[in-house]
Amino acid sequence: MASRGQCSPVLRVDNVGKIYGPGCPYCVELTGPEHGRNVCPKCLSIVAFHGISFELFETEVLGIVGESGSGKSSLLRCLHLDEDPCSGSLYHKEVDNGRRDLFTCSWQQKRTIRTRLLAVVYQSPHLGLRMGLTAGANVAEPLLVNHHRPNFGAIRARVMDLFNRVELPTDRADCPIRSFSGGMQQRVQIARALACNPSVLLLDEPTSGLDVSVQASVLDLIRRIQWDTGLPVVIVSHDLGVIRLLTTRTLVMRFGRVVEAGLTDQILSDPQHPYTQQLVASALT
Amino acid sequence: MKLSTVAKGVESSLFSNGPSTGYNFGYLNEEIKREIRRKILKAVAIPGYQVPYSSPEIPIARGWGTGGLQITLSIIGPEDRLKVIDQGCDDSVNAVNLKRFISMMTGCEVTTETTMATLIQTRHRVPDTPLKQGQILVFQVPIPEPLREVEPKVELCRRMHAEGDYGLMWVRLYEETVRWGRVTVGARYPVLVHGRYVMDPSPIPRWDIPKLNRNEALLLFGAGREKRLYAVPPHTSVEPLEFEDVPFTVEDQRGKACELCGSRDSFLDEIPREDGLGSRWCCSDTDFCSRKRLEVSRAKGRALILKKDARI
Repeated sequence: MASRGQCSPVLRVDNVGKIYGPGCPYCVELTGPEHGRNVCPKCLSIVAFHGISFELFETEVLGIVGESGSGKSSLLRCLHLDEDPCSGSLYHKEVDNGRRDLFTCSWQQKRTIRTRLLAVVYQSPHLGLRMGLTAGANVAEPLLVNHHRPNFGAIRARVMDLFNRVELPTDRADCPIRSFSGGMQQRVQIARALACNPSVLLLDEPTSGLDVSVQASVLDLIRRIQWDTGLPVVIVSHDLGVIRLLTTRTLVMRFGRVVEAGLTDQILSDPQHPYTQQLVASALT
Repeated sequence: MKLSTVAKGVESSLFSNGPSTGYNFGYLNEEIKREIRRKILKAVAIPGYQVPYSSPEIPIARGWGTGGLQITLSIIGPEDRLKVIDQGCDDSVNAVNLKRFISMMTGCEVTTETTMATLIQTRHRVPDTPLKQGQILVFQVPIPEPLREVEPKVELCRRMHAEGDYGLMWVRLYEETVRWGRVTVGARYPVLVHGRYVMDPSPIPRWDIPKLNRNEALLLFGAGREKRLYAVPPHTSVEPLEFEDVPFTVEDQRGKACELCGSRDSFLDEIPREDGLGSRWCCSDTDFCSRKRLEVSRAKGRALILKKDARI
């Protein structure tokens, strides 16, 4: 699917790192997979991730896989500009032709980038949705943000259209989001993420909290939307099944570093790093 | 007291004004007045932006119009003519007490006529008589933050204002429109000032919202309890938040008229009848109503004279 050739990447991540805590000159040296830890023994700072670089191209689905605490969700939060990293930069093709580092943008610019260009779906619907509102209002919110005098009918039609796209019954659009099941809440999150036609979709373990049959249908939905629109996706998961099903390229993370990167098929059939081998071997089939 | 003595500031505190007070002109001391005036200038410079201010102690309880009173006391001069209204009424207890206090502390002339007043302090109404250039309208505001309804955290509200992020406010209007087919906000209808800040216009009825737009008078808003003041300079655009296809509407008063003056183009109060059958309607703005009645009776008198003339 990935048609690289001459085209420039949609998203370019350059040497991004994040340290929680005071930090010291030894933090990076003394952590990582070769030391088997991500807590600096000198200053007890947590090196969530360090030196992450990758490029995301049009129509590509990139997987990030790793165990709990390997820094993959923190990385995604930085990519969505929810948090500032300690080092590195991030470029988007549509922001100043990919020359402007998104981390240096103002709050206001970041907000626009977040609603217009980078959409995210979190593992927990509580993070991505406003539980006090109706489902329809949650989907409508990104559509209403930058408007002076919005057209109610047009927004309502768009919300219904999005509900159809994620296969939710439109007659439940005006029910409180609290009354929805977990799988349906995830679908609402996806509809909300797609509302402003983003140029990158970030998925943070979108199916981890769901039971197996619902997982399958949500994954199916994500795959279909990706096929239809060619939207580039970054998906974070600890589930190799999800990675196998959706992604073309994968990064394997451990203790805040990328230990292996490559085509998904290659990594799953011929893992090189001992951790990846262990991961593949322990996957339930 | 002459203006010159007030301007000298410190000396003015030596002069007691009015018969029985030993207080500074306008009760507040000059430093506090200067601070509030400075904040007012900032508010005027950034229309609709809430400016934090000191909200000093004054001898009424917070929540009873302290914000408006502090603004009035810090900008009033000896030449001003003062009018105070409460829900459009000149004679309600709160309005009368505030008026008496201010005139006691300043010796200013008081009036009930909107056209004569240079400074009008108001609670929950804009006078139905159009304001003119040079007049100042001071609002008493209970809750200055229009986003309070949708976001309880003050820090987040301030950030939303800074970023011009009013999505949540729109979502509220969206939900109401979905549910009821229209926006059901009665008083405190959110407005966009100068195309930038969403502002709480204080609990005035929707009827008064269009009057704020490009008003010739200076509009000042004081929230004493919340320690915030904000302003709408003359001729500034004030638009109610509305959907393109679901326009903002004022209260529906079709088929109703003031029982006293017969007016149909002023905001009407509903007064239930004693027998419990239906209600009566009369002007909320007492000055407007009495002026209208005077006009009507004059016209009637003229008509009577004309009739007599005709007979002769």
